[in-house]
Amino acid sequence: MFFKVAILVLKKDLAIEARSREILYTTLFFAISCLLIFSVAFVKEGVPAEDAASGILWIALTFSGTLALGRTFERERYGETLRALLMAPASRPAIYVGKLLGMVLLMLATEAVLLPLVAFLFRAPLFARPLLLTALLVLGTVGFASVGTLFAAMLVRTRTRDVLLPILLYPITVPVIIAGVRGTSALVQAPPDEAIATLWIGLLTGFDVVFVTLALWTFEPLMTE
Amino acid sequence: MIRRIRVTLAAMVPAVFTAATAMASQPQPAQDGFVPVTGPISEQIPAAPLVVAAYAFFLLLMVFYLWTIWRRIGKVEADMQALERRQGAGAGGRGK
Amino acid sequence: MRKLFVPLAVVAAAMFAYAPVGIARVPYESTMLLVQKIFYFHFATWMAVTASVAVCGVASAIYLFKGTAVADHYAVASAELTTIFCTFGLVSGSLWGRKAWGVWWQWDARLTMAFMLEMVFLGYLLVRKYGGPGAEKLAAAMGIFGAATAPFIYKSVDWWRTVHPQTTVMKTLGDKFPAAWNLVWFCTAAFLVLFVVMLAARVQLEYLRAELDRAYLAAEE
Repeated sequence: MFFKVAILVLKKDLAIEARSREILYTTLFFAISCLLIFSVAFVKEGVPAEDAASGILWIALTFSGTLALGRTFERERYGETLRALLMAPASRPAIYVGKLLGMVLLMLATEAVLLPLVAFLFRAPLFARPLLLTALLVLGTVGFASVGTLFAAMLVRTRTRDVLLPILLYPITVPVIIAGVRGTSALVQAPPDEAIATLWIGLLTGFDVVFVTLALWTFEPLMTE
Repeated sequence: MIRRIRVTLAAMVPAVFTAATAMASQPQPAQDGFVPVTGPISEQIPAAPLVVAAYAFFLLLMVFYLWTIWRRIGKVEADMQALERRQGAGAGGRGK
Repeated sequence: MRKLFVPLAVVAAAMFAYAPVGIARVPYESTMLLVQKIFYFHFATWMAVTASVAVCGVASAIYLFKGTAVADHYAVASAELTTIFCTFGLVSGSLWGRKAWGVWWQWDARLTMAFMLEMVFLGYLLVRKYGGPGAEKLAAAMGIFGAATAPFIYKSVDWWRTVHPQTTVMKTLGDKFPAAWNLVWFCTAAFLVLFVVMLAARVQLEYLRAELDRAYLAAEE
């Protein structure tokens, strides 16, 4: 029953998004323009700084992810659908999981486009160990999105939600980002350091478990008035 | 209770200042003659100002924070008294 | 509980009056000499931060799930104290590092995570101030997540071996340098007593504010 509700919420979000694709395209475009801005800082005389690629990838993801979170819940707030969702006789954590899955899919779609671009523009051998890289990205995305979905949902009724979301989200997700960047750096080295990347993947798994558990636990009291 | 807190906060400040002067009056040993093993740069940085700065910062920070609590308690008390006065005036005026 | 406030404050003042004397008297540590004496307050302040984060986390959880107003008072008070003690921890560490490592700041694991902890609790205070009505609950979520990441900060230095002394340094201090061992735990005790005293004072402010709010509401009727 729990997963049925979650999948239903996910399908609803995907259906809405499939019609206009607004959030997907704008998030993607914003991530790519981040890359452009980073090139100003990290490219000297036409040559990208060594090892800048991993940091750039994760920072572009973080910024575009924050925007996507804001836009997703703004859409809910505007249509007053969040209240309708909460009034439905469905378990609240299931609604959270549904929204989380939607967010993770959106961010993974962004990553799918960003990865080749970063590898190309910043000359980084990102595809040396694709399985490990995928594990890193998926776990990091889940970690970031789990906290992000919770915070964005709880801030939806606040007037200063746009500025408070990054203020609250970034310090909490710093461990996830550090793990992602260090793991990706280890994989970009020549030869790729699999042991270190695996260590970071283990840490990310730990963070994900803690964050998702906490989010599931606190979602209900936070969304009730 | 409020009075007790304010009096105690006031009493703590001179105690802490006394401690600070006691610390400052200890003779600081000269820096000549030792060779720390941490590298060339740190040999040239004098340690005494750093230590003094650390403890002085602690002192200032605590005093500052206690002062902000004091100030906020004062504001709440003033608001309470203003409210009581308004209520008293209102009740007296309505003859209740 | 209220009766303990003045005696505890006196104890704190006495301990802090003695602490500089003890610190001046303790023998030098062999490699870092004078600048290592910052350690006694530096370690103690991080112990106070740990206590403060724990109080905030537990109080936030109680407030979020039970709605008890008292829990909210303790949560905001300990969040403020966390930022205060954390600031001192970062500054004292920076001053010590200037001499011991030659630089004011290093992005090693523990420093980064400590800075992050400071930002989390500053975020807590910001959301309470600017979050509008019902912000106490949002802040409580921040408090819970902040407290959950605190153990990672402690262990981080063991996982990411870098510049900062490892957590094993404290464990061997007792055998190698007993005078320092005693002093550091004395300073820690002093900081914890100070933490309790300041927490009590700050919580009292919250009680007064709640009373004022009730008085305003009563006056409107």
